[in-house]
Amino acid sequence: MPDQSGPPDSVGILVPTGMLGGGFSPETITRGLCLGADVIAVDGGSTDSGPYYLGAGVAKTADRAVRRDLRLLLAAASSARIPLIVGSCGTGGTDSGVNWVADIADAICAEDGLDLTVAKIFSEQHAGPLIAQLERGHIHPLPPSEPLDAATLLRCEHIVAMMGHEPIEKALRAGADVVLAGRATDTAVSAAFALMRGMPPGPTWHAAKIIECGGQCTTNPAAGGVFARIDHRGFTIEPLDPDTACTPASVAAHMLYETVNPYTMREPGGTIEVAGARYTAIDERTVRVEGSRFEPAGQYTVKLEGAAVSGYETVSFTGIRDPQILRSIDEWAESFTKALTGRVETVLELAPGSWGADLRLYGYNAILGELETEPATPAEVGVMLLISAQNQQTATEISKLANPLLLHLPLPTMNYLPSFAFATSPAHIDRGAAYEFVLNHVVDVDSPTEMFRLEMEPGHA
Amino acid sequence: MPDAPRTLGDLALEVRSKNAGPFWMTLEAFMPDDQTYRIADALITAELISELYQVPSASVQLFRIPDLRVVKASFPRPITQGSLHDRDMHAGQHHVPLANVLCP
Repeated sequence: MPDQSGPPDSVGILVPTGMLGGGFSPETITRGLCLGADVIAVDGGSTDSGPYYLGAGVAKTADRAVRRDLRLLLAAASSARIPLIVGSCGTGGTDSGVNWVADIADAICAEDGLDLTVAKIFSEQHAGPLIAQLERGHIHPLPPSEPLDAATLLRCEHIVAMMGHEPIEKALRAGADVVLAGRATDTAVSAAFALMRGMPPGPTWHAAKIIECGGQCTTNPAAGGVFARIDHRGFTIEPLDPDTACTPASVAAHMLYETVNPYTMREPGGTIEVAGARYTAIDERTVRVEGSRFEPAGQYTVKLEGAAVSGYETVSFTGIRDPQILRSIDEWAESFTKALTGRVETVLELAPGSWGADLRLYGYNAILGELETEPATPAEVGVMLLISAQNQQTATEISKLANPLLLHLPLPTMNYLPSFAFATSPAHIDRGAAYEFVLNHVVDVDSPTEMFRLEMEPGHA
Repeated sequence: MPDAPRTLGDLALEVRSKNAGPFWMTLEAFMPDDQTYRIADALITAELISELYQVPSASVQLFRIPDLRVVKASFPRPITQGSLHDRDMHAGQHHVPLANVLCP
């Protein structure tokens, strides 16, 4: 449909699943298209599974799962002639993640004879230009982080900037049928098309936040996709699974999910304010929301994410079932740490602080550690030893020194050597590089699109 | 029925925890009715969260949402997500100390 002179009355957004590769039924798409979807939006990434995916530049999702989901979405976008927007491609939103999804999309278009113009938006950043921004005073920490230094930027394996809706809108205006974005705010992916068509920012951003996790805002989060229709006064939302409902409580409660503050949420260009939002049931499975606001910020800011190598790790695992040891498991753990530290210092001559160990007693207090107030004597304990060192060889060697202790270490009061239950041979597994998130900072920019690179290729057919 | 000790978790529909980005953790107690919401509202303070999670009370942000009968607490993660000593990558099991608090 050609661009009309004025904005339409409403824009319908189909979110098939909370994560590309997460799976959804084909009926989800059929139903969304029947409801008059104007755009399909889906998130492809997150930091929630930890720093490895950004640090290594690999995806959490399986190739075949992404291929399967994308095939259904590309067919729907093509048949309904509506855009498809994928955000934070490849989990971390690195350039490799965008190219990975783009290669899959290209292969599907070629196999299925789809004539779609695919845009790639890259959001990966080099340390050099960011250091220049830092020196100009344009990079600021977000709580609880400290001000940034150049060395931290240089340590990062990958740095991505989180785009707002503007780079996506730019690609759509340039004629993209499919937009594959690098790291983007979860909301920007869903908001971009509606904002471009003139929908008001308050309801659009609020709707985008509610739908970005798919079925999380419904009474059955496992059921999958949702559909939102944004108009000039608010938005309505319903699940795409006919047996699932959105209720005022399920929709309002989604503002709590994985947020620090449930009332306000900062986007690059301003703040979503939902304290005044009213949630009303239209029927038993559809909710109307009005009263959401978007307050533009004085300064447009782009958030950075970066992952650096924190060390190289080896993990070992053994099991303890002997009640005598288990009754004194704290004492055993203390004795283990002392013995291992002594062995590392005498055999490997490593300075304290140049390596690290985390001894986890699963079944006793591994998960909560010191926050576990009164752990009971367990029936059995899985002992996981995680070693971190400056290179893999050292981490492996420390783990080999730990091996006889994980097999035989007695309590100080015992006059014989017990033997514990190794789960595998060898008892250790090298984990390779481990990563940590080191950036929690924003960059002041003049233009919302200046940090992002757009590439477009015409279709195949 | 004898008055068995009741925990917040016993009274709540759900007590949950999750990351709010790599550097924050957030906890929520969903209560079933106004009476139990008032109990949770009185019980959950910055001092309680500080004690249970060994974080500075000044770092705790509390949100009281009577319409949803939810009390929410957010604070910076004492151990950054994914670091050597992080044993709960999604912070998904850290609701338990709060759920285990005895209600008056």
